[in-house]
Amino acid sequence: MGNKQTIFTPEQLDAYQDCTFFTRKEILRLFYRYRDLAPQLVPPDYTDKPDVTLPYQLIGSMPELKDNPFRQRIAEVFSEHGDGNMTLDDFLDMFSVLSEMAPRDLKAYYAFKIYDFNNDDYICKSDLEKTVNKLTRNELTPEEVRLVCEKVIYEADVDNDGKLSLEDFQHMIIRAPDFLSTFHIRI
Amino acid sequence: NRASRKKNYQQKNSDGKKAGEEGSQQRERGKKAPTKDQKESENKEKKTNKKEKEGDDKQKTDRKNSTTSSSNSSDEESLSEEELAMLMEQVEQKKKLISTMRNKPWRMMKKLSVLREAQAFVEKFEGALGKGKGKKLYAYKMMMAKKWVKFKRDFDNFKTQCIPWEMKIKEVESHFGSSVASYFIFLRWMYGVNLVLFGLIFGLVIIPEILMGMPYGSMPRKTVPRAEQATAMDFSVLWDFEGYIKYSALFYGYYNNQRTIGWLKYRLPMAYFTVGISVFGYSLMVVIRSMARNANESTADGDDDNFIFSWKMFTSWDYLIGNPETADNKFASITTSFKESIVDEQESNKDENIHLRRFLRVLANVLIICCLCGSGYLIYFVVKRSQTFSKMQNVGWYERNEVEIVMSLLGMFCPPLFETIAALENYHPRIGLKWQLGRIFALFLGNLYTFLLALMDDVNEKLVEEDVVKNITHWTLLSHHNSSMGNGSTATPPPLDPADVPRGPCWETTVGIEIVRLTVSDILVTYITILVGDFIRACFVRFMNYCWCWDLEAGFPSYAEFDISGNVLGLIFNQGMIWMGSFYAPGLVGINVLRLLTSMYFQCWAVMSSNVPHARVFKASKSNNFYMGLLLLILFLSLLPVAYTIMSLPPSFDCGPFSGKKRMYEVIQETIELDFPLFVAKIFSYVANPGLIIPAILLMVLAIYYLNAVAEAYQRANVELKKKMQMQREEEKNKRNNKASTNPVLQDLEDLFTPSTKTESNLKEAEDKKIDSPNRTSPAVKQDRAAALGGSPMTGGRGTAFTRPPHMFMPRPPTPHVWAPYPGQPRPRGYPLGPVPGRGRGQPRYLYPVQ
Repeated sequence: MGNKQTIFTPEQLDAYQDCTFFTRKEILRLFYRYRDLAPQLVPPDYTDKPDVTLPYQLIGSMPELKDNPFRQRIAEVFSEHGDGNMTLDDFLDMFSVLSEMAPRDLKAYYAFKIYDFNNDDYICKSDLEKTVNKLTRNELTPEEVRLVCEKVIYEADVDNDGKLSLEDFQHMIIRAPDFLSTFHIRI
Repeated sequence: NRASRKKNYQQKNSDGKKAGEEGSQQRERGKKAPTKDQKESENKEKKTNKKEKEGDDKQKTDRKNSTTSSSNSSDEESLSEEELAMLMEQVEQKKKLISTMRNKPWRMMKKLSVLREAQAFVEKFEGALGKGKGKKLYAYKMMMAKKWVKFKRDFDNFKTQCIPWEMKIKEVESHFGSSVASYFIFLRWMYGVNLVLFGLIFGLVIIPEILMGMPYGSMPRKTVPRAEQATAMDFSVLWDFEGYIKYSALFYGYYNNQRTIGWLKYRLPMAYFTVGISVFGYSLMVVIRSMARNANESTADGDDDNFIFSWKMFTSWDYLIGNPETADNKFASITTSFKESIVDEQESNKDENIHLRRFLRVLANVLIICCLCGSGYLIYFVVKRSQTFSKMQNVGWYERNEVEIVMSLLGMFCPPLFETIAALENYHPRIGLKWQLGRIFALFLGNLYTFLLALMDDVNEKLVEEDVVKNITHWTLLSHHNSSMGNGSTATPPPLDPADVPRGPCWETTVGIEIVRLTVSDILVTYITILVGDFIRACFVRFMNYCWCWDLEAGFPSYAEFDISGNVLGLIFNQGMIWMGSFYAPGLVGINVLRLLTSMYFQCWAVMSSNVPHARVFKASKSNNFYMGLLLLILFLSLLPVAYTIMSLPPSFDCGPFSGKKRMYEVIQETIELDFPLFVAKIFSYVANPGLIIPAILLMVLAIYYLNAVAEAYQRANVELKKKMQMQREEEKNKRNNKASTNPVLQDLEDLFTPSTKTESNLKEAEDKKIDSPNRTSPAVKQDRAAALGGSPMTGGRGTAFTRPPHMFMPRPPTPHVWAPYPGQPRPRGYPLGPVPGRGRGQPRYLYPVQ
């Protein structure tokens, strides 16, 4: 009990519970995870909202992310300035979206942002190529990569502009049988 | 600070529209303030906490000042009806915003600030709502609502605290991906269900019996017979659930048919019966509920073949993976799956010998049916033989356990056999898996039912035997009585020792013991298989690899993979036996809880220590409801024999809570007649009347029919919509192709045309743009939309696309001859093109040069 009082005020905890899909215990657990990444940087007391950001190198080395080919994109999308450095709020945001409870639409929105490597609000061919190469560790020939990308655009591009907009992406991903179960990190 | 603000708000409980305006202004201020704050923090990177706090304080005081001033200015005005309604609406909106805050794709900073000021708004204006008497009630209601929310949140917190093994499952998940973890989640769910069943049975049946029932040895059914007493404590006897265990509260036969027991007047037979029924009721409810939830979650049926590559690209990475080895496997499997689908795509219609394949499939099915029949016959034969063994004396260990051994062996060796046979069929792996699961399930089920049928034969024999014993018992007791009377002593005769009274066979306990033994042997076989097949094999491969002539790890034995489907089926099958046996052996659920508990730890350990991640992972999420469906099926099938025995077999005369009755369910009639007022009995008799039951069943059937029809209609509409969308897409694509191919030609022709045609084509192009505009939203608009994402996928272009006239949906290949039906409609030059959206665009461009 003592711990809870010193880290967050009850109002803060309530607000976090309103803004994320976590319960009190999980928020505290996430805080400890965050703190364990850099015990010397993160103060044990968050009641006065200290302004602390952890660099991407630390975030990306978490066991949950370290083997994920998209870890850098995830960190960039959820960080405030798009550079992968995260405050505790960003950190909570990230795991809230990736939690089991988050609805499909929210997940789809952030998945879109993650796969949109050049941040132009469309998933274009270069984004797709990057995705495929990350997924297969460059083991496909350029021919095959091109074929796959063309196929994806052919399948999912509803409005025929040669790239996937958010609507196209949602339209496609919402029907995917295991999007929810794979776009999910248990903490 | 907050309290003082609250006071302020309460002071001006009658503020008018102005106040509302003020509030909205203030809201805007509130919205702006944090951004300002943010900017400040951006400017001064190293801003101390103290400063920030100051800023915060300042902001707060600012706000307070503004509110006080507003309250002063608006004190005189009072609320009118519609303003009140508007305010109410606003408050409701804010509340909705608060409850859906977590669904918003915003940064935490924005979420927090919006939340804070929405809460402040609600807090401020909630007090102002309602008038006179209604106000107090409203305030009370609001308070209760707040309390309720808080309680719910606390309860949720408590619930997450109670979920066990979260970390264990996470560990497995990160090593093996979500599909293996789905087994453990299923196991945990099963454990939860069994825990509830255990609580029901132990709390309402076993513990009352132990605490308040007659003690051991007080009556024949609670005493080990004289002949068995010498060996009743031997381990070999106890291991077979004979001896003292057979005459304990774990089995049906131990319970007495006294109507009430103890000083609580606890109606044990009634409790026994209702608990037996409610075990099934609860399980049915839970299974169906979770099935419905699964179905709700997966609105996507997933059999859409439209997005093969897209899904591969965007959903094949499992974000749960947190282990380099698994990640390597996953990369490899994704690569191969991409390559496979590329190959599939390139030669989708390759030639093959369809007759040979059909023949092989038929052959495989025939072989498998033979296997199933053979195993069924084997079990029947063995059970029959065991009945003759049970009549003989001095049978060995093998003879006594033959049934269990044979069933376990069949369960162990048939599935691999099926897999070998299935290789003949050459199905797609996912379809193949379903067939395989279905066949194993049929095997299990067939075995179980043969076992039951053979057991039924046994029971019928026992029933005949019982009649004889009943007479003997009666006669013995009588003669005992007579003999003591005959001695001429006036004292009451010394009662016959309960161990000496002749007993009936008590078929219920026999059934219970059979099922318990089967369960225990199943547990042992499972554990030994894991130990030998996984652990010893892994040890062998790991350590003998140093001195072996080929590479063991990569070559033949290698490490075992975790067999998800087999394990899940084993779990389901085991649960079926628990359901079936729990009526005759109340202790069975306890054994099962222990089993699930140990197997959670044991299997987690085995998986982590000696299995390797799957080379080829099948989808776990999709088969979720498939498993649940199997569970439901087996629940229903295990309900049948129990219901049959309850409704149509007479209970044993000298053991169990229902002894002395003709049928088990009579306990309900008895309770209603004796313990309830007369009219309840009357109502009951009316309700039980077939004249009422049959119409009720008819009504239900009609309801099912109606709902089914409605569901089908929806489905059809869905398919229709899908088709429309498909057509729309194709049409758009064709149009695009047309444009691309005709554009150069058009360029050339445009020079030749007269000015009037030029303007016309310009017009046409304008029209094109007009129609296309909803589809091709400008990036700015799109950004906006992305920012204010409502979640609905059907916004924007597609929505408008649906409203077009139907003839637009026809797919049109770009070849000119398709336009042949159209030349009959010459178009006057000056035709006003603008307002007709539904004409085939691009078509005239072909027509004019041709004509």
